[in-house]
Amino acid sequence: MNPIESQETYKQYVDKKSPNSPILKNCFNAFWVGGLICTIGQIIFNICQERQIDETSCGTIVSIILIGISAFLTGLNIFNKIGKFAGAGSLIPITGFANSIVSPAMEYKSEGYVMGVGGKMFTVAGPVLVFGISASIIVGLIYIIFNTQSITLV
Amino acid sequence: MEKLGKQTIKFNTPPTILECSSIVGPKEGQGPLSKYFDQCLTDEFWGEKTWEKAESKIIKETINLAINKSGIATTNIDYCFAGDLLNQCISSSFGIRDLSIPFFGVFGACSTFVEGMSLAAICTEAVASNVLCATSSHFCSAEKQFRFPLELGNQRPPSAQWTVTGSGAAIISKEGTGPYITNITTGKIVDMGISDANNMGAAMAPAFVDTLVTHFLDTGRNPSYYDLILSGDLGYVGKDIAIDIAKNQGYNIKSNYNDCGVLIFDKNAQDTHSGGSGCACCASVFSGYIFKQLQSKKIKKVLLIATGALMNSMSVQQGETIPGIAHAISIEL
Repeated sequence: MNPIESQETYKQYVDKKSPNSPILKNCFNAFWVGGLICTIGQIIFNICQERQIDETSCGTIVSIILIGISAFLTGLNIFNKIGKFAGAGSLIPITGFANSIVSPAMEYKSEGYVMGVGGKMFTVAGPVLVFGISASIIVGLIYIIFNTQSITLV
Repeated sequence: MEKLGKQTIKFNTPPTILECSSIVGPKEGQGPLSKYFDQCLTDEFWGEKTWEKAESKIIKETINLAINKSGIATTNIDYCFAGDLLNQCISSSFGIRDLSIPFFGVFGACSTFVEGMSLAAICTEAVASNVLCATSSHFCSAEKQFRFPLELGNQRPPSAQWTVTGSGAAIISKEGTGPYITNITTGKIVDMGISDANNMGAAMAPAFVDTLVTHFLDTGRNPSYYDLILSGDLGYVGKDIAIDIAKNQGYNIKSNYNDCGVLIFDKNAQDTHSGGSGCACCASVFSGYIFKQLQSKKIKKVLLIATGALMNSMSVQQGETIPGIAHAISIEL
């Protein structure tokens, strides 16, 4: 078979020829690092509860601390190494969200604080915000339509 | 100067590559070719405030180094052909602005170095005595422009390549005792429908083979004529594909073919996945390593084919496929 006979055959040939990501290894690392981050979150949560803080505030405190740690590690050039190792494991929890905002802010500082840091800060996280907020609005609307009784209870 | 076949020019009084210089970044300085480069930086910023400024400084200093080494006065350099990867080629124009040499900005993505040398060779054959060629790239500024911020914790696929930080410059002269540029084969754009920006090697390999085969057809040579056939930045994935496709077209290049992107990094120790890429990949490997091999007569005939992926980050987002190009020059003693 001649691989460059047509674009179709070439695409198939390249797919076969290109090395695949080590999926099993990536999944395993993502699983345990992601689990570890969540465990740390739970430990913070439990400590807060021990100190008689109400459940909603506990959750907020967990988020704040994890975001703080992640942003700090991003600044120290450590988080990208964790991210390279753990992939989705560190990207999916709130740590990844903090990293995706801090990293462009650092990168585009050279273009000034307004158009650089301010303007480019959400280039990576922007889509997550747009679709995350859109999805929550849609879910909220569905909730209102189908669950009118419990609305007063909320 | 005469035209051979469809795409090749043969020089009757071949211009000489008089002198070359190269400056590379810290990662390249830890690679297997480190001892061949003129200077290996220890800091990617090189005392500047931004990546872009650092890249301009690298190309500027590389050019100065080449001029100093050649002993030719700056005023005796007739033209400069230079380019890079940043938008509107700012690294080269900013780097060159203080030199006051007549300047042609060229863009052929990672094939720019050989494109510049081809034009310089034509220029010397026609009117000029000394012409300067240079290209640069910088890992950090390229990542910023084409991919994600450096600190983002993401993973790179195994087919992705690592942009070389550095620059290479060459001075091409009418007079000289070699190595000579004897032929140039200008490539045409070949697009085989690859749209994955993390697999540039696969996107450019067909263009490489197209230029390679055209060169052999135009000149009547065959792969064994050359001591070394060197592609610009196909990387491990692209190199493999190129050998395969060339074999399919009836040219066995396996024994004397290599790739600059493969040579410049140690794949396993440096975690560079499919190898190096960028305008500086071919430029620094040629100016540093290959030119010294030619000078010491360890190799005598080289076919240098720089490959380029003619895309930008917007075209990739719009789902466009990646057009590839490859330019060849044969360099002989």
